[in-house]
Amino acid sequence: MKILVCVKQVPDTNEVKIDPVKGTLIRDGVPSILNPDDANALEEALKIKDEKPGTLVCVITMGPPQSEDMLRECLAMGADEAYLLSDRAFGGADTCATSTTIAAGIDKIGDYDIIFAGRQAIDGDTAQVGPQVALRLGIPVVTYVQDVKLCKEKLIVQRQMENGYEILEVQMPCLLTAVKELNEPRYMSIGGIMDAYARHVTVWNHEDVGLDPKDCGLNASPTQVFRSFTPAPKGKGEMLAGTVTQMAELLKERLTEKHYL
Amino acid sequence: MAVNVIKESCRGCSICVKSCPFDAIKMENKLAVIGTACTGCGVCVEKCPFNAIEKTEEQKESVDLSKYRDVWVFAEQREGALMPVVKELLGEGRKLADEIGCSLCTVLCGNQVDGLVEELFEYGADKIYLAEHKELESYRTDAYTTVIHDAIKTYKPEIVLLGATHIGRDLGPCLAVCCNTGLTADCTRLEIDELDKKIKQTRPAFGGNLMATIICPNHRPQMSTVRPGVMEMARRQEGRKGQVISIPVNFNKEDIRTRILEVVKQVSEAVSLTDAEIIVSGGMGLGRAEGFDLLKELANKLGGVVGASRGAVDAGWIDHSHQIGQTGTTVRPKVYFACGISGAIQHVAGMQNSEQIIAINKNPGAPIFEVADYGIVGDVYEVIPALIEAFDK
Ligand SMILES: Cc1cc2nc3c(=O)[nH]c(=O)nc-3n(C[C@H](O)[C@H](O)[C@H](O)COP(=O)(O)OP(=O)(O)OC[C@H]3O[C@@H](n4cnc5c(N)ncnc54)[C@H](O)[C@@H]3O)c2cc1C
Ligand SMILES: Nc1ncnc2c1ncn2[C@@H]1O[C@H](COP(=O)(O)O)[C@@H](O)[C@H]1O
Repeated sequence: MKILVCVKQVPDTNEVKIDPVKGTLIRDGVPSILNPDDANALEEALKIKDEKPGTLVCVITMGPPQSEDMLRECLAMGADEAYLLSDRAFGGADTCATSTTIAAGIDKIGDYDIIFAGRQAIDGDTAQVGPQVALRLGIPVVTYVQDVKLCKEKLIVQRQMENGYEILEVQMPCLLTAVKELNEPRYMSIGGIMDAYARHVTVWNHEDVGLDPKDCGLNASPTQVFRSFTPAPKGKGEMLAGTVTQMAELLKERLTEKHYL
Repeated sequence: MAVNVIKESCRGCSICVKSCPFDAIKMENKLAVIGTACTGCGVCVEKCPFNAIEKTEEQKESVDLSKYRDVWVFAEQREGALMPVVKELLGEGRKLADEIGCSLCTVLCGNQVDGLVEELFEYGADKIYLAEHKELESYRTDAYTTVIHDAIKTYKPEIVLLGATHIGRDLGPCLAVCCNTGLTADCTRLEIDELDKKIKQTRPAFGGNLMATIICPNHRPQMSTVRPGVMEMARRQEGRKGQVISIPVNFNKEDIRTRILEVVKQVSEAVSLTDAEIIVSGGMGLGRAEGFDLLKELANKLGGVVGASRGAVDAGWIDHSHQIGQTGTTVRPKVYFACGISGAIQHVAGMQNSEQIIAINKNPGAPIFEVADYGIVGDVYEVIPALIEAFDK
């Protein structure tokens, strides 16, 4: 069995702060991490490998050269092969163009039974790349997967819904997007970390995956960022003063005046 | 669109490097160099004090955009009932359609769902594209994608809106690939450009730290998923009528590659945060689970419901279904009480559109006061009983 996992290196958005004076994003010292949902995606692949020895787990990413660090982390967790799609031509891609490139890379790797992706990447929270890769490869997709069971040629998966979940049967090959409830990602092993640095990471550019630059990156992105801005803080309102009872009375008065009560 | 550095004007001050949300700019020999991570967002263009960065628009040949007309709303139903977000989309869709001067349509898929037709008209739909089939009874990616993609090809909508529900976020990306167009996820604001009548879609990025306005200039339809709870619901107009257009269902059973074996509902205490007019929310400042009893008392008094910060949910004081914020529910009640909540950006993201925000916190420097209409500095265990007493009178 061969399992591919789509992983992405993202800035740890929990650490991103806004400079209150300049209104800009402060990224100094913000670490890059393996996207959290992708860690769940990889864990699930590794769990299947633990169960079925001989399973090959490959990680694939599209990103700048420094994404290699994250791929080595994945190798240290237990992945067998790592692929980096990196090219100037891939830059500025929206989800549509990203999925074209990743699908081209996956086609070249070939022969997969299951592809895992994260539900969403925390830098954009779009949750689009997973299903879009599946569509481009012509394979079925199940999103929001919180449980996976192998059952001969099929998979039995739980798909999370807002008010519970569905149990679905899906044919292989297929693509599943992982939510954090799926599992608890393992840590890198010490041996794995030592090893990972000696391992080979395959790097492919647009020619390697057979794409014309006009079908990649910014050139192939239907959506464009028209402008981006830091959200304006809502103006500060009135601070009530006095004793607790006075403040309570005052609030009641204000809300009554405005017809909220 | 591309961003370029005008070499003659760049002084190497590196303000752009710091301002770039995507870490895409490097300094090389005292000159800014734009790297591959650039998304063309243009933040640096505004920040450069020397006007040394420019943004250029490329004219692309494009599909014939003029053939595309009308605003479509995906009328997501589950077990024969419309999802609340559909009414919000109809509210927003109406404004967009009026501004463009076109019709507001819905696309409804299901099995024996003609009962919803009247409701959709009364909430503002002018036309309903209706697909009925046994295989469409509950949502499945392959089935819904095929049918709706066919309808889009035939009727060519200019704008397609879906709720950012677990279903909408599955269907949206698949339709976008089939139609070879863009999709903007989780929008919180939509507006029509006065000049070119194209849609501008605004959404949070980087966990709400940054907002981005996205356009889709050369592809059709322009597609967005919209966060539930953000837009205002359409008003129902009794007796309003429209046109039903049946759309064909062209797939074989074996084209649908997933099968639903079972649907499991996890019943959590019925909290309808999105419909509530008054929400009393508690956070870590409550200090213990019992604090929520006090909030419940205030909420009951005002006819509201209880919400919570993630801090309180993680502490195990209240069920996750009460969580408000980026990873919880987005709400816009008339009145929102934040009791012992610090006002972290992820929480504020889910409640800042409330009409009136009242913050109760013992730390006068708590960020929640920055978004509050009324602030009370004090201990929740003193303030809430005083409020209950005041509202009692
Ligand atoms: C990816 C991500 C997603 C997240 N999503 C969400 C989300 O959806 N929703 C959410 O809420 N959070 C979310 N968070 C968490 C968020 O960052 C904050 O940690 C959380 O909102 C803090 O909860 P809190 O305000 O209750 O607690 P704290 O930040 O601990 O604040 C407690 C407040 O209570 C005050 N206080 C203490 N005692 C009293 C008293 N007796 N009387 C009055 N005031 C008192 C304190 O002054 C303080 O301001 C998310 C975080 C991450 C990283
Ligand atoms: N550049 C990328 N390289 C590899 N996988 C990606 C990339 N972007 C997104 N993905 C995958 O798609 C998922 C959803 O991403 P997004 O649509 O950006 O929220 C992620 O969790 C990844 O598994």
